[in-house]
Amino acid sequence: MVATPAHLLRSAQALGNEEVLRIRNDFPILHQSVNGRPLVYLDSGATSQNPLSVLEAEQEFYEQRNSAVHRGAHHLAVEATEAFEDARETVAGFIGAEAEELVWTSNATEGLNLLSYSFLNASLPGAAPESARFSLCAGDELVVTEMEHHANLIPWQQLAERTGATLKFIPVDDDGALDLEAAGRIIGSRTRVLAFTHASNVLGTINPVTTLVGLARAVGALVVLDACQSAPHLPLDVKALDVDFAVFSGHKMLAPTGIGGLYGRAELLNAMPPFLTGGSMITTVTMERAGFLPSPQRFEAGTQRISQAVAFAAATNYLSETGLSRIHAWESELGQRLVEGLEAIPGIRVLGPAAGQERIGLAAFDVAGVHAHDVGQFLDSRGIAVRVGHHCAQPLHRRLGLTASTRASTYLYNTTDDVDAFLDAVAGVRGYFQA
Amino acid sequence: MSLDQLYQQIILEHSKARHGAGLAGTSVPGGASSGQSHQLNPVCGDEITVRVSVADGKVSELRWDGDGCSISMASASVLSDLAEGMTAEELRTVIDSFREVLRSRGKVAADPDVLGDAAAFEGVARYAARVKCAMLSWVAAEDALGQALAN
Repeated sequence: MVATPAHLLRSAQALGNEEVLRIRNDFPILHQSVNGRPLVYLDSGATSQNPLSVLEAEQEFYEQRNSAVHRGAHHLAVEATEAFEDARETVAGFIGAEAEELVWTSNATEGLNLLSYSFLNASLPGAAPESARFSLCAGDELVVTEMEHHANLIPWQQLAERTGATLKFIPVDDDGALDLEAAGRIIGSRTRVLAFTHASNVLGTINPVTTLVGLARAVGALVVLDACQSAPHLPLDVKALDVDFAVFSGHKMLAPTGIGGLYGRAELLNAMPPFLTGGSMITTVTMERAGFLPSPQRFEAGTQRISQAVAFAAATNYLSETGLSRIHAWESELGQRLVEGLEAIPGIRVLGPAAGQERIGLAAFDVAGVHAHDVGQFLDSRGIAVRVGHHCAQPLHRRLGLTASTRASTYLYNTTDDVDAFLDAVAGVRGYFQA
Repeated sequence: MSLDQLYQQIILEHSKARHGAGLAGTSVPGGASSGQSHQLNPVCGDEITVRVSVADGKVSELRWDGDGCSISMASASVLSDLAEGMTAEELRTVIDSFREVLRSRGKVAADPDVLGDAAAFEGVARYAARVKCAMLSWVAAEDALGQALAN
């Protein structure tokens, strides 16, 4: 049992505007004008910005320690390997895991594909006996939810198609909450995998992990948690949540693009067939066959994203030092401010929980008579960056009767002024487009 | 570039007027051969279906169905006005010209003599993310025209 990470025990007192203004000094990109207005960056749900400490960590690595890892006996090779593995320990600790339970991936999408392809490999004839628990065939069921990002839907669709298993989904209600009664019926003795998002990238809802894990455990199904929108924003302890696997993307949590993590319980990772094969993941190789290393090297074929891993650790250190509970509390306040403000504007329909109900610091919405692309263009002309489109969640938008929406998403560097500038601009959208 | 240069009044008006919109319950004009093309913008999920009818070597009708942003709706509406009465060759020329302007990142000016009201979309070329919105119905029309001529 891993002790609860120290940064999760900090006081939950929210950040305030004054502290956020100091935080903003660490983010050079935020200090610029866009279309003659100060940039208001409200698209961290898509990708976050990097503090100087992260940019410097990556540069310092290239200036001082760059080398291939886990090979070579020279000084730089040792330094690089230490930095790479220290980074793994730091990021693993950030989510409450042991170092060997964290596999580096390029992002959450790759982590989910790694799982789906490993399960596919386990389903093929001749798979190793220890991988039988991942093997799927006709009659087996995979369960996701209707609110999933395409990254946590399509890999499972493909796996079902290739193995003959059936993909089922837990529906969402009109308010965007999971229908837990239906979940109780859908998750059954045939369920082998339950994959769901911790926090919705569109609705902002935080799903009841404990309840869902309980349903999966009762039928012996594996649990995969998409932590893309939770790991950056709230205290995450994968052991306490008791999930089998979890994925997250570095670029959504102050790290560079190109690095992400897959958490898996050690005994599971060590029993899973590899996905990518090649150098660095093997024991003995002959011309006929190869043996594989245990996790995490088992899943890290080829030269890795070393500088990005080092920078990722600098990012989680930045978040830990600020305090995840405090970040979460602040973003919850910003999320409520967003929803309250949006609900007060005529013709705006907020997706997901109403004001006063729990949500993370983002809000997606529809503007009557104005397409999301036009809303985004109008906001951009005022220096405000938001996401428009289906946010890689077409089935959810269809369920809500939409093809696209506009989303504002906050992070630890956003002030209440950012939210107010956004709300003020949104209030002018329908007038401009004569809607 | 200001927002008003992107959203010129003619674009805002066409985005509401939607000339040529509605395929349901309409039939191909008598004596014409037609082609139909469905195009999708995966970025936003917008879809459009364009039907081009050709009779005696001329576009007798261009109708469409779709839902999307003001740029894509206005673009389809302007195209419908523009295309009707043109020869297939003229329509191809106009489509090529429109594409060249939109893909130029603002380097190629629109020629109102060739593009008519579609010249108003010149500003879209400076917004890379919106070029696809403006092009969607034109790509569909090009495909539908090819089918109509082959039928």
